[in-house]
Amino acid sequence: MESSQIIILAIIATSLATFISRFMGALTSEKVSVKSKLFQWFNCVAYSTLAALLGRMIIFPAGVLSDSDLIIRLIVLVTCVSIFILSKKNLVLPTIFSAIFLSLLINL
Amino acid sequence: MINQKVFFQGLKSLKGSKSPAIPLAACFVALGALLKDAGFNLQQSAASSLFTYALPGQLVMAESLLVGASLVNIFIAVWLVNFRLYPMTVSLFPLLEHKAQPKWKYYLSCHFLAVTSWLIAKDGYKKIDKKHRIDFWIGIGIGTWTTAILMTVLGYLAADYLNKDMLVGLAIVNPVYFFCMMIGAMKNLSISIAVVGGTILGPLIYLVSTEWALLFAGLIAGTIAFLFGDQNGK
Repeated sequence: MESSQIIILAIIATSLATFISRFMGALTSEKVSVKSKLFQWFNCVAYSTLAALLGRMIIFPAGVLSDSDLIIRLIVLVTCVSIFILSKKNLVLPTIFSAIFLSLLINL
Repeated sequence: MINQKVFFQGLKSLKGSKSPAIPLAACFVALGALLKDAGFNLQQSAASSLFTYALPGQLVMAESLLVGASLVNIFIAVWLVNFRLYPMTVSLFPLLEHKAQPKWKYYLSCHFLAVTSWLIAKDGYKKIDKKHRIDFWIGIGIGTWTTAILMTVLGYLAADYLNKDMLVGLAIVNPVYFFCMMIGAMKNLSISIAVVGGTILGPLIYLVSTEWALLFAGLIAGTIAFLFGDQNGK
């Protein structure tokens, strides 16, 4: 198979694998009431799954981020979260600062 | 068909001090550059963000292609990393339900579900009248989705001008943004336990199983948080 055909098939496979979870979620939602315990449970699982993904992204990153040291990533994260809290939950400041701060630190 | 006022309220979430535009731009520019590196052409890169629009899954796809994984393996790996979208949808869509709204809106707009749009919607849905919440969601979705596609294209075109340090810098923006959003969302005991528990268990279980880590960490930490909150009435 040509490489461009493989890429197109990979895009289709990736999109289907992703849309299944979304669509199943939309179908399940029709049967779940906001006031039910099941909804509360799904809410907790959603937040913890997301937190698990973020924890993994910082501790065991994939791609270019793995070229930086763990301690540097943690310093950047803690600093930026502090900025977020101190700036009364401004998200633009810490996110811009994170990129600049990390680029500076890895060149020290 | 769609309440324009509410739709634009959703679309406007791209602006202001909570704007997700910068973190979205940072990570999709980096993705565009990575896809070019993985041998994608411009159309294929744009199509990937258009049809998948879920960054961790797209990263898995690009990395799997680089190591020559089979299509079945790519499908399973992406499904496992993007399975989080299932509980995320179920914890958002019931809040947007209204009998007067047609089902197709829900079935189509579930495609916009990604971490960024989910966090914005969870943060802002209460301000919107129940009847029009789905239109608010569609506004958020169109805004974040379009940003992602355009930035993928920009990243692809700018790939030759981005050096390694810049790409590393861009790569941290996304987790920093999500962490801040999550900390902002920790308004009650069970959500706080869910976030802290997941952050610890995610990397810990990853040491045992790279593929199943997210699923198990999410289920375990989420269930503990639920039980704890349930007992304490919150």
